[in-house]
Amino acid sequence: MSAVFLVGVDSSAASSRAAVFVTERARAERAAVVVAHVVPWSPFGATTTEENERRHPTREAELARGKRDIAAPAAEAIRVVGVDVQAVVRHGHPAQTLCDLAEEHEVTQLVVGRTGETRLRAALFGSVPSSLVQISPVPVTVVP
Amino acid sequence: MNVDEKINEVFTPISDAIQSVIFYSLKIGDAELPLIVLWLIAAAVLFTIYFGVIQFRGFGHALNLVAGKYDEPEHIGEVTHFQALATAVSGTVGLGNIAGVAVAISVGGPGATFWMITAGLLGMCSKFAECTLGVKYRRENDDGSISGGPMYYLSRGLAAKGLGGLGAVLAVVFAVCAIGGSLGGGNMFQANQAFAQTKEVTGGSDGLLGFSGAGAVFGVVLAVLVGAVILGGIRSIARVTSKLVPFMAIFYVTACFIVFAFNLGSIPDAIDSIFDGAFTAAGVTGGVIGALITGFQRAAFSNEAGVGSAAIAHSAVQTNEPVTEGYVALLEPFIDTVVICTMTALVIVITGVYQQEGVEGVALTSDAFKSVIPWFPAVLSIAVLLFAYSTMLAWSYYGAKATAYLFKESRRADLAFKLVFCLFVVVGSSTSLDPVIGFSDAMIFAMSIPNLIGVYLLAPVIKRELNNYRGKLRTGEIAPIRSKA
Repeated sequence: MSAVFLVGVDSSAASSRAAVFVTERARAERAAVVVAHVVPWSPFGATTTEENERRHPTREAELARGKRDIAAPAAEAIRVVGVDVQAVVRHGHPAQTLCDLAEEHEVTQLVVGRTGETRLRAALFGSVPSSLVQISPVPVTVVP
Repeated sequence: MNVDEKINEVFTPISDAIQSVIFYSLKIGDAELPLIVLWLIAAAVLFTIYFGVIQFRGFGHALNLVAGKYDEPEHIGEVTHFQALATAVSGTVGLGNIAGVAVAISVGGPGATFWMITAGLLGMCSKFAECTLGVKYRRENDDGSISGGPMYYLSRGLAAKGLGGLGAVLAVVFAVCAIGGSLGGGNMFQANQAFAQTKEVTGGSDGLLGFSGAGAVFGVVLAVLVGAVILGGIRSIARVTSKLVPFMAIFYVTACFIVFAFNLGSIPDAIDSIFDGAFTAAGVTGGVIGALITGFQRAAFSNEAGVGSAAIAHSAVQTNEPVTEGYVALLEPFIDTVVICTMTALVIVITGVYQQEGVEGVALTSDAFKSVIPWFPAVLSIAVLLFAYSTMLAWSYYGAKATAYLFKESRRADLAFKLVFCLFVVVGSSTSLDPVIGFSDAMIFAMSIPNLIGVYLLAPVIKRELNNYRGKLRTGEIAPIRSKA
């Protein structure tokens, strides 16, 4: 089975570094890449009546924006160096969703950028890389 | 004469006139049985029989749906059953649960509690029926947003049965009543009791809000806060409120348990007096019937089952099976009435505060808590303000949807309604309790007339949906999704 890397991207500089890292590794190992952007969302989140009414078009817009502004450009930058790549955008809990995608795409390694949370913020809200390390089904690389 | 008194003077005759029409009553012994209450009870009983006590048989399935066990992966990011229920509940859990229950017990005695719980259990089935229809006949607008509720199932559902003319009339009547209900029970009653409680904890007539015209001032502040969200579009306030309400509800129920713990000895007596009151009604005007009517009336006011309001909030859910939202909706009267209202009732009965003269509404509930937790009235007023505020936001939405239906989505009508809504916040907090309760009840109950006629006529459709869905569950066509830890 050939290697498949999954890289989580958002609009941060750290995630761009993760994408660069993945590009180099994938080229060296002739691996395929899945570029994933997760729109934070919880099925148990509090919403208002107006938000519910407009949820469907809002969700479509979020997916389209995630694809157009984040996932697609990142994927394009990887594709130009000749690596087989696909872009995915999905709603959900970021770490959990990356793990789900890793299983769905039979990924061999997960790569994310370091979010650089302060200790306090990480203690209060957690961080995607630290939860990933705990729950990922495959090895995780955190790019500083 | 100060501002409050003037507003009161203008408003009382209007309220009396509306009440005398809606609450046309039959005399049974000393008791008066308003036909409209009978209308709601009859519907809840008939639906319970027709749908085979779905409120008990479907309870477990409802919990599984809310937990997301049947959520399709391709719908990730859409409105979940949990979110639809939570939004609807934050609109329903309001002062009916705190102040309305106190009214029930002062008027109907402890026995009213029993009938209130019974009404809550029966009402679960009315809610099941109307919310199934709400999803089934909702309209997807051109921009992808969803409009739903009785206006749509009355007009579209009845049209599909060849009763388009009747449906159109009922939909308009419903929308008119919904606007009244949103200004009454969804606004004035909430504003009124929020002011009463805030005044009480700030020292009553000698305190901070004891000055003449304080109600109007309080009303203006509250109206600005409501206006900030509904006119100013400051969504963040609404979002924070919808996050806080569940915590407040849990906190409230916890406080109730603390009161029980301090009064362990009086619990058997209290339960005794509830059952005794329910079937013998010693000392209550109108006897058993009096207790029963009050219990049913306050329950309906609180959980709005049969009224049709919740169907508006529930209809935005993402599901391919309308009946799933019916299942979820039946939890609403359970949470609202069977749990929260019962807690309030027990606190009032156990502490015995209802026997004192001259204390009514939220002040009675507040006294009951104070007898055990002296500082609790302050917390209670935060809860009261929050519940009142979230209920007002929810009802302003129901009223706005009804306005949009009547005036074909006119922006001007929407703005006019929202301005009037803010104005009624001031009227509500300036007026005394009785005319406000009268008006609020009358308008909310009036909604049930067109709504339930439609639900009766469409009941076979719901039954068909239910049977189809059950069939799919049996064959495994619809099965729980593998749970993702």
